[in-house]
Amino acid sequence: MADALLKIEGIHKRFGGLHALNDVGLTINRGEIYGLIGPNGAGKTTLFNVLTGLYQPDEGKFTFNGQDLFRQKPHVVVKAGIARTFQNIRLFGEMTALENVMVGRHVRTKAGALGAILRDRATMAEEKAIRDRARELLNYVGIGNVANERARNLSYGHQRRLEIARALATDPTLLALDEPAAGMNPRETEDLQALMEKVRSSGVTLLLIEHDVKLMMTLCDRIAVLDYGKKIAEGVPQEVKSNPRVIEAYLGAAHA
Amino acid sequence: MDIFLQQILNGLVLGSIYALIALGYTMVYGIMGLINFAHGEVVMFGAMVTISIIGMLTGMGLSLPGPVVVLLALMLAIPVCMLMGFAIERIAYRPLRNAPRLAPLITAIGLSIVLQNVAILIWGRNYIPFPPLLPHDPINVLGASITDLQVFIVISAIAIMAGLLFMVEKTKLGRAMRATSQNPAVAGLMGVNVNTIISATFVLGAGLGAVAGVMVAANYDQAHSHMGFLIGLKAFTAAVLGGIGNLGGAVVGGILLGVIESLGAGYIGDLTGGFLGSHYQDIFAFAVLILVLVFRPSGLLGERVAERA
Amino acid sequence: MPQNQSKRMLAFALSGIVLAVLPFIVGSTLGNSWVRTLDFALLYIMLALGLNIVVGFAGLLDLGYIAFYAVGAYTFALLNSPHLSIFMPWWFILPLGAILAAFFGIMLGTPVLRLRGDYLAIVTLGFGEIIRIFMNNLNAPVNITNGPQGINMIKPIEVAGFSLGKPVELFGTTYNSVYIYYYLFLLLAVLTVIICHRLQHSRIGRAWVALREDDVAANAMGLNIRNIKLLAFAMGATFGGVAGGLFASFQGFVSPESFGLMESIMVLAMVVLGGMGNISGVILGAVLLTVTPELLRDIIGPLQMKAFGRMIVDPENARMLMFGLALIVVMLVRPEGLWPSKRRKAEFHDALDDGIPAADSQAADGLKG
Repeated sequence: MADALLKIEGIHKRFGGLHALNDVGLTINRGEIYGLIGPNGAGKTTLFNVLTGLYQPDEGKFTFNGQDLFRQKPHVVVKAGIARTFQNIRLFGEMTALENVMVGRHVRTKAGALGAILRDRATMAEEKAIRDRARELLNYVGIGNVANERARNLSYGHQRRLEIARALATDPTLLALDEPAAGMNPRETEDLQALMEKVRSSGVTLLLIEHDVKLMMTLCDRIAVLDYGKKIAEGVPQEVKSNPRVIEAYLGAAHA
Repeated sequence: MDIFLQQILNGLVLGSIYALIALGYTMVYGIMGLINFAHGEVVMFGAMVTISIIGMLTGMGLSLPGPVVVLLALMLAIPVCMLMGFAIERIAYRPLRNAPRLAPLITAIGLSIVLQNVAILIWGRNYIPFPPLLPHDPINVLGASITDLQVFIVISAIAIMAGLLFMVEKTKLGRAMRATSQNPAVAGLMGVNVNTIISATFVLGAGLGAVAGVMVAANYDQAHSHMGFLIGLKAFTAAVLGGIGNLGGAVVGGILLGVIESLGAGYIGDLTGGFLGSHYQDIFAFAVLILVLVFRPSGLLGERVAERA
Repeated sequence: MPQNQSKRMLAFALSGIVLAVLPFIVGSTLGNSWVRTLDFALLYIMLALGLNIVVGFAGLLDLGYIAFYAVGAYTFALLNSPHLSIFMPWWFILPLGAILAAFFGIMLGTPVLRLRGDYLAIVTLGFGEIIRIFMNNLNAPVNITNGPQGINMIKPIEVAGFSLGKPVELFGTTYNSVYIYYYLFLLLAVLTVIICHRLQHSRIGRAWVALREDDVAANAMGLNIRNIKLLAFAMGATFGGVAGGLFASFQGFVSPESFGLMESIMVLAMVVLGGMGNISGVILGAVLLTVTPELLRDIIGPLQMKAFGRMIVDPENARMLMFGLALIVVMLVRPEGLWPSKRRKAEFHDALDDGIPAADSQAADGLKG
């Protein structure tokens, strides 16, 4: 019944002497919410960056939706259907919220410089479609009321949501969220959880990195645990929770 | 063979001058992460002020030996240039320390235009001859020739650079400079007066620039108000070649660039079958600059900078 | 809204009339040389708007922009002058120059893709100088560019057998060719403004701004950074190429001297002083920096003669001094330029205030929305 959407095998990534990812392999199934946890410095963000094309792995295999994405550039990865957010929010601060989402549509649209200059019918229609879709997405994540605000002037919670809307604008099959709940209060976290459920039910697969283990346990269908660049466990939350290696990794980290 | 050796010797002389100027760029870059566009004009002022002071000294009818007069003038010109270095930082860089990088770049370009035109106001647009006070006796080295002035230039450049390296490595000021270049905020917390250190860096760089300016003028027997731009750009190239922010790199890069340029100018005619002549000499510096930045932006000895820049 | 629209229409109509009669007013009061200055102002508007695409929109600092102007000018000069005895029609070589300039833009852009900020500035500066050195020296052993002497007797643009380089007689008055060129340049400058405006408010324009603001995020949102940068270089260079061709035909003479670093800095200064990224600001910058020096030339010399009976300070020298000082003062007082775009203004002020949110820009937005 499991239908693999993303599959990596034997991924290695080294930074000088540091072996950040050591033979990591995992499979994300279509339609699930997949979580990635681990102590600080375990290699979560490195893996995340490898999966979104920001880092080029040294060795391994990476296929997504039947396409080979090993060592592909970020824009190719996005085109293939993986979109992401950033842990430390990277919006285009001086653009409005709407414009930010419109940039997200870039990869699914094609008007060139000539079209922009001539403003032919097709270009204008596409531009309108971009704008309409962007508005729709802002409403979808619940910030339609701040469409014309500059992104940098938005509240933290709104910025997080805007990042999700911008990523959704690329029509992803897999949406990868890097610590989306970081810095949020319980109320905001709850809203965010609802949003993620909504995104999943619309048919988008989700990959999450999160420190909030409790949140991950309730939200994720399956979880992988990284420690020192290696995957030490993978499975449904209950399994993972009771895995002795996971407990050791977390307690060990706490003792160290 | 003697042409080859001759070009190497010429390159060494030129290169040690480039190295002195490159140190000024690299020190400022190391500490502030900025390219001091006005540095070339300081070099030009070093040459021009020295020539003017020599004129005054000889006009006073003192019967001093030539080299002493030149040295005396240089000693007076160095503080002038140091003051300029200080002022450049105060006017063009300090008020814009937190501004986007483009702003200090534009003020520095503006300052360079002002300095150049002030020089034109004082000294005019023509070449000014360097007074014939220094001996130019050729020394024969295996069929090539080098003058004793040129030997003196190379030796004193090396001595000054060694002194600077010693200062940066061993003295308290040097330690503070290194700390500031690593992390100005932390250095500030540790009790280093960052503003003073930055000023000191500009002043020191300007002093080296003044010496280099006089060397250029003495070597070519002339100076002019437009000389700063090209020599500044070449020295900057040298700094990039060696790895900007790295003092040793500036020295290596300077000497290497000097040699590349001399050899290039000497052989470009043969290399291109006579199509390009030696007046393409200036192209080498730019070509080296572009090649280095494209293929090895960290320079020969430096850290990776392209991402930071 | 409709009231606003009609106000705008009125403003357009008024400025249209003013621009249409401007050369006659200027010509009859100040003389033909000032009409010529107007022509140059229009030419520099085209150039500065082209550079604005690279620097203002995409945030790529280019100090060798004048090289593209040179490519356009030399293309026109070589293919329509007695120097090589080649005479091709202007409607062919003007676009050809633009295409060649775009090609050079991509040639420059490709190796510097990874560079940012000051480094990009220095490499582009080096590129500009290399082009100039070649123009200066490609007169031997085969004489291509005629070296420092340059190329003269370049044929003016001809439309339907009617040369723009000759004076025309209209209602019994003879008008110098600077008048006819004024309208040609005006037409092209307006076209440039429209093109830039449309590019800015398009998918491409958004991509440029995204690139300028955060290239990593832009790449992660699926933008092909390489293509977007190259497009900016090529588009900017195209305008430079066209302006260069026009310059060659207008002047009738080109030499390497017109394409030095100082010219690049001048055009950059127009963009920066006026207000990067804002088309109106860039136009203001171009006009100010073309007209003011001429004004100073007319004032400084005679003033000195009157006051001291002789020239104390060479007017050219004084002009450059003031230019340098203006660059410094404007950057210190208004780092965002004289007429910045709202967006840029916020960017600069945030940086200066160390990240304190710009409350006024929010208020301005609120009013607009």
